[in-house]
Amino acid sequence: MRPAGQPRTAASPRKIAVWTAVALVGAAGWTLLALSRGEEVSAAWMVAAALGSYAIGYRFYARFIATRVLRVDRTRATPAERLGDGVDFHPTDRRVLLGHHFAAIAGAGPLVGPVLAAQMGYLPGTIWIIVGVVFAGAVQDMVVLFFSTRRDGRSLGQMAREEIGVLGGAAALLAAFAIMIILLGVLALIIVNALAQSPWGTFSIGMTIPIALLMGFYLRVLRPGRVTEVSLIGVALLVLSLVAGRWVADSSWADTFTLQPKTLVVWLVAYGFIASVLPVWTLLAPRDYLSTFMKIGTIGLLAVGVLVTLPNLKMDAVTHFAGRGDGPVFAGSLFPFVFITIACGALSGFHALISSGTTPKMVQKETQIRMIGYGSMLMESFVAVMALVAASIIDPGLYFAMNAPAGVIGDTVQSASQAVAHFGYSISPDQLAAAAKAVEEQTLLSRTGGAPTLAVGVADIFSQVFGGAGMKAFWYHFAIMFEALFILTALDAGTRVGRFMLQDMLGNVYKPLRRVSWKPGLVLCSAAVVALWGYFLWVGVHEPLGGINQLFPVFGIANQLLAAVALTVCTTLLVKSGRVKWAWITGVPLAWDATVTLTASWQKVFSGDPKVGFFTQRSVYQDAIDAGKVLPPAKTMDDMHTVVTNSTVDGVLSAVLALLIVVVIADAARVCVRHLRNPSATRLSEAPYVESAIVAPAGLVASKEEKAELAAAERSGP
Amino acid sequence: MSRARRALGRIRWYVRELTGESGYERYVAHVRQHTPDAPVPSRREFERWRAAEREGDPRSGFRCC
Repeated sequence: MRPAGQPRTAASPRKIAVWTAVALVGAAGWTLLALSRGEEVSAAWMVAAALGSYAIGYRFYARFIATRVLRVDRTRATPAERLGDGVDFHPTDRRVLLGHHFAAIAGAGPLVGPVLAAQMGYLPGTIWIIVGVVFAGAVQDMVVLFFSTRRDGRSLGQMAREEIGVLGGAAALLAAFAIMIILLGVLALIIVNALAQSPWGTFSIGMTIPIALLMGFYLRVLRPGRVTEVSLIGVALLVLSLVAGRWVADSSWADTFTLQPKTLVVWLVAYGFIASVLPVWTLLAPRDYLSTFMKIGTIGLLAVGVLVTLPNLKMDAVTHFAGRGDGPVFAGSLFPFVFITIACGALSGFHALISSGTTPKMVQKETQIRMIGYGSMLMESFVAVMALVAASIIDPGLYFAMNAPAGVIGDTVQSASQAVAHFGYSISPDQLAAAAKAVEEQTLLSRTGGAPTLAVGVADIFSQVFGGAGMKAFWYHFAIMFEALFILTALDAGTRVGRFMLQDMLGNVYKPLRRVSWKPGLVLCSAAVVALWGYFLWVGVHEPLGGINQLFPVFGIANQLLAAVALTVCTTLLVKSGRVKWAWITGVPLAWDATVTLTASWQKVFSGDPKVGFFTQRSVYQDAIDAGKVLPPAKTMDDMHTVVTNSTVDGVLSAVLALLIVVVIADAARVCVRHLRNPSATRLSEAPYVESAIVAPAGLVASKEEKAELAAAERSGP
Repeated sequence: MSRARRALGRIRWYVRELTGESGYERYVAHVRQHTPDAPVPSRREFERWRAAEREGDPRSGFRCC
């Protein structure tokens, strides 16, 4: 089964020694994380467990999948080589493409999920992030990338339609649209929670708009295409506006930039609509450059910070919320809710949209798919581990005060301190006030959504390495700015993608809608998409039970549903392409993901616990309304009606999402069975074989044989 | 000295490739290679055309959350 020309070489004693050492480092990390109780563990062990496991997974499992299962063929030309047009399709240097793909998959997701999941303790999250990425997430990204490369860069939706069928394809499309809407609503909610009552944050994020407009003008009119210089100018202005944010917060302008959550909702919805109908060059493209620079820079700094400081983890390994399921951040027990809360970083369906689409059109050699698909996902997973470290090094009392909804902990430091004591942790009112003062915020209570918590952790780490305690407030707002940049870009880009999907779907009914140049259709569809996510944002802000607490599980279910679609497409393709023996490679992750997602939606729909089940929650509040009573945390009858409406919407949504996943899987199963009964009737839409003329190494560093091959190719001349 | 310059050159190459700044030169080289005397767009025209392409299909260049 080995590809021709790759004789199996006996492992040298040196290699065996190196890999044994790597395995021992990883095992030591796991042992210390798992066995230490009662004392603080160093983050070094988490890093060791992660890096050791990644190395073993990449060297052995990913290699096995690439060579034995996918049978990547170094003699086969990729679409980039065959269809090269110098623009979309072009063979790209593997190291460049690794950076490109990583920048495209990494965003706010891997930073937020682990922070929220820390309520169960750091251990469950760590295990899921690392085991999940090695066996599920990175496998999914690599397999999707492989099949899409073999199909000239077809998108996941196209592959679902072609390989599964019309029904499964339509369900997948609808699911993708629903996920996009919920995603945008939750991301916007995270921004609102981070910027409310924060003049410093609001001013500096607001300044990113004129900065982006300026960059857009520069690139369009003054010096077209000079991306690097304009990005450097933009980053400099960004840092300046961050510094200026502190002056604004201390000046008479502070009131202008101190906004209530409800006001921020209006601003964000207006921003989302205007940005998505403006030409791409004005805001979207320059903001994208800015956030990519910030992203790579900050993630790099964070890695340095974590490795240099190696802080101690203050959170428990496993908190009592894991078993009881009554945590204040999100309700429900460890299984299944940790596995839907942490999506990006362990397994993310969204990556399948990147792995099919842009990246496969740029792959130079099939042999590089392991490094690009599996490798970038390991990097993303490490980002998630660092986010978990950042959330676990802050005082658990502060963590719960920041992440519990206002309805639970009240809005004074005294009531919050008491509520936290009730959770089983302790933090004094003075400590809570001091923590807010250290980052120059009015309050840190109920700053839910993960971004502010992450920012506190990041500020802790950064200020130890760069600038000391005096810089803590700067780094806090730097981290908020860094997350907000991604999210604002995502709101703009996501609204455009949602609009595109909507235009495509409605175009079946009314033809002109499909034409992207038809302005009325474009404006209407944009408005519809913004109204949909704006609805969830509005609901999230007004929710008496806490917007993140209620909506994040729905978001998690939606996100893992997309992963189920991607894994289903992969498994179907493995079966149909005669690799049925290896179908478990994506089949087992699919089974796990489907179990987790369906259990979570089952509990969200049918659970008798009013904290978990939406419909039980609905009937508890409806009964109280009928009896004329107001149940806390609701304060008025209006709040009661809000809770009833929201739980109904969320419950129906959870049920519909679960139904879509069942349809996709059932349709795919039908296709697989049909194929196994009569393999000869199956037609694969794989592009025909063309021999490759490119010689290039497979991994980051060229091996001795690859160097010889490159030298030989050089000699024989182009 | 020359080693430092080489390293700087590599970094510059990497950044230009990653940001897509070298896209125009790549496209011109591509056109020239196939039809040596075909007309090529100016850099300004090329960048405008790229932006219009992205306008038409927002899925290209989409990033994950």
